[in-house]
Order: sequence, then C-alpha cells, then structure tokens
Amino acid sequence: MQASGPSALIRLQDVAVAFSGRSILQDVSLDVVAGRITTLVGNNGAGKTTLLRVVIGLTHPSAGQVRRASRVRIGYVPQHFSVDVNLPITARRFMALSGRADAARWQEVVADTGVAGLLDQPLQGLSGGEMRRILLARALLQHPSVLALDEPAAGLDGRSQGALYRLIGTLRDRYGCAVVVISHDLNLVMAASDEVLCLEHGRIACRGAPASVIEHPEYQKLFGSHLGPDTGVFPHDHHDHPAHGPAGGDRG
Amino acid sequence: MIIRRTARREVTVDEFILTALAAGLGLAMVAGPLGSFVVWRRMAYFGETLAHSALLGVALGFLFGINLNLGILVVCVVVAVLLVVLRQYQRLASDTVLGILAHSSLSLGLVAIAFMEGLRVDLMGYLFGDILAVTPTDLYWIYGGGVLVLATLVGIWRPLLSLTLHEEMARVEGVRVLPVQLVFMALVAATIALAMQIVGILLVISMLIIPAAAARAFARTPEQMAVVAALIGALAVLGGLAGSFRWDLPTGPAIVVSATALFAVVTSVRGAVAARL
Repeated sequence: MQASGPSALIRLQDVAVAFSGRSILQDVSLDVVAGRITTLVGNNGAGKTTLLRVVIGLTHPSAGQVRRASRVRIGYVPQHFSVDVNLPITARRFMALSGRADAARWQEVVADTGVAGLLDQPLQGLSGGEMRRILLARALLQHPSVLALDEPAAGLDGRSQGALYRLIGTLRDRYGCAVVVISHDLNLVMAASDEVLCLEHGRIACRGAPASVIEHPEYQKLFGSHLGPDTGVFPHDHHDHPAHGPAGGDRG
Repeated sequence: MIIRRTARREVTVDEFILTALAAGLGLAMVAGPLGSFVVWRRMAYFGETLAHSALLGVALGFLFGINLNLGILVVCVVVAVLLVVLRQYQRLASDTVLGILAHSSLSLGLVAIAFMEGLRVDLMGYLFGDILAVTPTDLYWIYGGGVLVLATLVGIWRPLLSLTLHEEMARVEGVRVLPVQLVFMALVAATIALAMQIVGILLVISMLIIPAAAARAFARTPEQMAVVAALIGALAVLGGLAGSFRWDLPTGPAIVVSATALFAVVTSVRGAVAARL
C-alpha cells in the first residue's frame, strides 16, 4: 500500500472494481495531491480508465475506500466528445454552461488555454486539438482542485501532443490543481509527470517518479527498455514560474 | 352553417376551426422546444415507444373512468421510468428494450380495449388524431399542461443541455443526471398525452421531430432552435388545417405532411445556399 501524505485531495485505499464477476482493478491505492501530475499508463484493458473513473466518482469501487477532502472540485476532460450535428452551439456557450466562472476567471482561462479565437466557432467545426483545449478550458472554469484527463492527446499528431502536455504542465503550475492523466504516449508523459502509475491487468505493476519507473523491470517488460527520441520534449521544473500563453497551433 | 359535433352541443364552423387551431398552435409551442431536445438526444425511438404506450393509457382511462389524458400521462410516465431503470441495468440493447415496450404496450392497449364490453372506441381517432373533435375542456388541458411543461423545461434547461452534450461531464460537474432525465421524460410523456388527440399516437412524435429538424437550418443557438421549431410547428398546423378544410383531408396526417413539406423546403434552401458559399 502506498504511503499517504497528509495533503491528499482524494485518497484511494486498496480499491477493487469488478463488473459482472470480472475483476477490473485490484488493490489499487493512490493519493491525488495538489500540484502533482499523476500519469496512469498501461496497455489496453489494464484498468486505467476505470481507475480514473473511481478517482472522479463516476465508478464506485466494489471494495476498498475512496476518501475525498471536503470541497474537492473536479474538472474532467473525457477521451471521447462529440456533438450532435443538429445541436447549434458555440464554444463560448458550451464553456459558459458550467456556470461557475466570473469574468476575471473567464479571461484568465481563455488566455491561458489560447481559445480566444475559437469561442464563437460552432463546436462541430473544431479540430481535435482545438476541441481538447476548449474542454480543458471548460474544466478549468470549474475552479477544479483536481483535473482529470482521459487520454487528452488521443488522435493528435506528435507536435500537437507535445504542445498539449506543455499546456497541462503550465496549467498545473498556474492553478495549483492536482492532475490525473491517462496516456499511451510514454515519451511525452515521462517528461510531464511527477508520478507514474503503471497498470497491468488491473494491478499496479510499478509506480514512482518517471526516472525511477523507467528503470523498473515490470515497466521494461511492458514497454521495453528504451524510450523514443522524443522523450523529454520539454523541461519540467515545478519551481519555475511558467510562461503565460497557450500551446502552439494544433489544427488538424 | 352549423355542425353537430356532440349530442349536447352545437357549434359554428368558426368556433370549430378556432378551437382546432388553438389546440394545434398550443401543441406546436410545446413540441418545438421539447422536440429540439428529442432530436439532440437522439430519442426519436424512445418517443415512439412512449407514444405507443399511450393507447394503454386510453384503455386504463376507460377502465377506471378517469380523464383519458391523465390515464395516458400515468402510463407514459411509468413506461418512461421503466425505460430509464432498464437502461441502468443493461442486459438488452436499448433499441431492443424500446421495441419490446413499444409494441407490447400498444398491443396490450388494443387487447384491453377489445375486452371492454359495450364500449365503442374510435380507434382511428386515437391512432391518427382528431383535432376537429377537440373541445374547450381539451384546450384547458393543452394550454394548462403546455405552460407547465414549458416552465419545467426552462427550469431544467441548463442541466439538461449539459447532460445532452456529455452525460459524464455533467455528472462530474454536479448535475443530478437521473432526476433531470426523469423530469425530461415525464415532460415528453405529458406532451404526448397533450398531442395525441391532435395528431394521434402514430404521428405524435413527428410533431416533436420534424419542426425541430427543420429549425436547425435557421438556428445558431439551442434557444433559437427551440423558438424557431415552435414557429415552424405553428406554420405546419396552419398549413395542415388549411389543407384539411380545403381538400377534406384527415387533419392529423395533413399537419404532419405540412411539417414535412416545410422541412423539405428549408433543407433544400439551406443546401443550395451552402453550395453557393
């Protein structure tokens, strides 16, 4: 079991999830801590999405405990998001639906996520990368203490993925929220994460800081011993004050 | 000219037409906004299922001697709740569940009516509507119920729109998804009860879907679409009634044909404009 720090916003202890008698997660413990980016990696079916759903309260564990600090607010960016072609709605209206942001917060979030030029576009006309930034902006308008991102870079090209992870790191530093992110792209997440949880068949195969996890035998068994040339595409220093401004263009 | 409509009361043609018109316009005002959500949430088949179950409500209304609208409302709400609950425990695909409930409830209604000895029911009127048989009392139901439905829809507009866009995001953001869904389904059920006499069980969903689909061409916001859908629905009622009186057509189907014609014109014009740009 993981040693738990005192500042956990959400604490999972020995959590298990089973559907129709089939075990999806077993004995998973996790602390979600303010200011920390926790990345869940693993092959398809490893239990990453289920774990994220337990963290944000969409799935109830069949065993174990989930404790949330009072007033924990969650901003959630789902992996799949599509809008019915018959629903006429702009990005501005979509973001405003959350209804929690005042004008100052709105301006701050719009500037930080670089979505000012997208606000009056119909949601159906946005590219994958633009939609991700709008979803991220909407999540930030909730004043989240925890930002939960389900494969935010899925479907984006390598350059856009790098820009998106840079943006996530910047937003974490700026807003001080905990970030729990699922990713398949190990090259990118290794540089962006504070903690990596490597899942296999519903169990935590290994965990820790990226530098130590990539040396772990279980990790190497799952993903190989060498990361690709893009590893560490951007520097990551928690004590640096982040530069303002959005991620680069990512249309397409 | 005098038309004998009931055994007890005679009405003039003007009153006759105005009552039908008022009923149709009242329905259009409610069906437009609600139908927009039915379209956005892709719930046309769900609506069909509720509409089919309305005949069971008619049968129960006769059986217990209660107002038929109330009977329809109760049955539709029960079926709606049943559908929501069954969706939570999916063992069967949604459309399979809908198919089972739609046709079994319609058949159950027909069988129940057949068992009622001494009762002569105008089945065609229930299946295809009879707007010309609407009474002033029905108008109270349509307008009273309509105002209630619209007020409730306005009250749940924001959370309903949120969960229409993404149910799980809405849930994480604090929307109480199940209660909002149940209220919405109850509103659809109530609208079906109000609309049945006008366009009938088999055509009622068309008044929810066709004006909303046509309104999409003009709308830039969800609210605009809801309002334009209501206006297109009103035009369809006017056109259908006019056609019905001019050519002695069955009124419910004439209204639906009128709505379809409007949809075809609007969609064609939109396509032509888009092709030029």
